[in-house]
Amino acid sequence: MQEQQQQKLIHTFSALADIGQEVAHKNNFQEMIQTSLHLLLGSLAIMRGGVARYSKFGHELNFLAVRGLGDDFPLSASLEMSDEREFLNTGMSDIELSQAKMLAFFQRYQKVLDRKRIEMIMPLIVRDQLVGIVFLGEKATGEPFTKEDKAVIQAMARHIGVGIHQRNLMAELNRRAEENRQLYEGMRMTYKDTVRAFATAIDCKDKYTEGHSVRVGRYSEIIAEELEWKEEEIEGVAVAGYLHDVGKLTVEKTIINAPYRINAKESKELNKHPGVGYEILLPIQHPYADVPLAAKYHHERLDGRGYPDGLKDNEIPYIAKIVSLADSFDAMTTDRPYKRRRPFNEVIEDMHRNAGTQFAPELVRAFCSGILKEVTGENKSRRFRRLLGPEYMEAEGLEMSLKDALNGMNATKPLTLIASG
Amino acid sequence: MNTSIEIPIRDEGDTATIYAGDYLNKLSGEKIERECRKRIEGGCKTLVVNFRETEIVNSIGVSILLGVIDAASQSDTSVIFSEVSKDTSQLFEMLGLTKHVVLQ
Ligand SMILES: [Fe+2]
Repeated sequence: MQEQQQQKLIHTFSALADIGQEVAHKNNFQEMIQTSLHLLLGSLAIMRGGVARYSKFGHELNFLAVRGLGDDFPLSASLEMSDEREFLNTGMSDIELSQAKMLAFFQRYQKVLDRKRIEMIMPLIVRDQLVGIVFLGEKATGEPFTKEDKAVIQAMARHIGVGIHQRNLMAELNRRAEENRQLYEGMRMTYKDTVRAFATAIDCKDKYTEGHSVRVGRYSEIIAEELEWKEEEIEGVAVAGYLHDVGKLTVEKTIINAPYRINAKESKELNKHPGVGYEILLPIQHPYADVPLAAKYHHERLDGRGYPDGLKDNEIPYIAKIVSLADSFDAMTTDRPYKRRRPFNEVIEDMHRNAGTQFAPELVRAFCSGILKEVTGENKSRRFRRLLGPEYMEAEGLEMSLKDALNGMNATKPLTLIASG
Repeated sequence: MNTSIEIPIRDEGDTATIYAGDYLNKLSGEKIERECRKRIEGGCKTLVVNFRETEIVNSIGVSILLGVIDAASQSDTSVIFSEVSKDTSQLFEMLGLTKHVVLQ
């Protein structure tokens, strides 16, 4: 008899050890629950049972695993608030069905629980929350559950409860991460839409350069792409391009739209727009750095002959150099009231010539290489064709000019070449 | 779940002998239960579970055997456990399994 007792003790203790391992190490939740139920039933030879998870939001119990309950057993059941309260009050201890008839839950499900010969249930409570319920039928011996049996069941149920709780935490974490992602995505979209609306508003003011800001945004984006910047950095540069001329909103419309070369006084007025743009953009919380600086310094030149501050190469923020190149490129490739646009190959030669004095050579190189990829068909996105028109891309000698520019800049031209005088 | 394992079974007339091996003690043991249920539903009169290759039976194993017992009790199939080791038979005795099956 003592030998038999010992066998049983070893059997029960191994089940306890196994269930701990199972909960701690199994990655597959469903298998973990299924195995845990086997261990619980098998440790005391309980004929039938089930593990249900409680969803606080739906006040619903959903069975994750059942054994011996038959196909007609309902796999979900609803709980009343009063049931939940009652279970929390009881805590993690066994409730014998014969003593639980006053609970709303039992009154509702008494028939099926009786039919399935469920004898005991144990609420799974972790950190004062009901996470599930274990349902148990009779023992194979037919004898009632002893105090020791109940202690074993409670210990094993605790493990199962922790397993479900961990799963809930994971799900909650994933849900919140997804919610945050969507929120952030939404904000980014709103910001982008606002920026585009602004760019359109800026462009409306200048009827001769319709779409200028939008195109400068696109060209700036292309340069950053060619530099293989990260996605959010590329977006930041694009935004800087869209908004670079925002200061023009405060410049007299007659000056902006003058169908002639403006005089010195008008020019002085117009040249205020980078500083004004900076003032407008500075108080805004941009998701990207340096957007206001791009507006302020997009008319600076490497040789220090730009405005408003006459900064030289290293003093000019990088983002402003990109927008400056994109801005000048658009100015050269669109018709102005007093000047038609120049052939594409000449524009390339111009950029090449001014690399090191007006433009940063590595940016000219990146830009030219982007254009060349489209000319040779290596890049099929048609991004320049869409912005410049297909016939413009057919300019004679374009490919040659691009290759010359790329070769010329690769060879000797230093990054900083400042014109004397 | 591993469903590719082959459970050794011998069918002779209305008796089926199933060899528990050590599959019984894992989740894969559910396959043994499924095979037994198939035999029971197929009208098998005697189901023999052979423990020749089974060193110990853990709680998963007991749970699966209870599943077999439960299925058999719903038809008139009798279940025999054969070649059970001494330790295991003592365990089956204590847990009450011997109330439902014949040890041989
Ligand atoms: Fe400008």
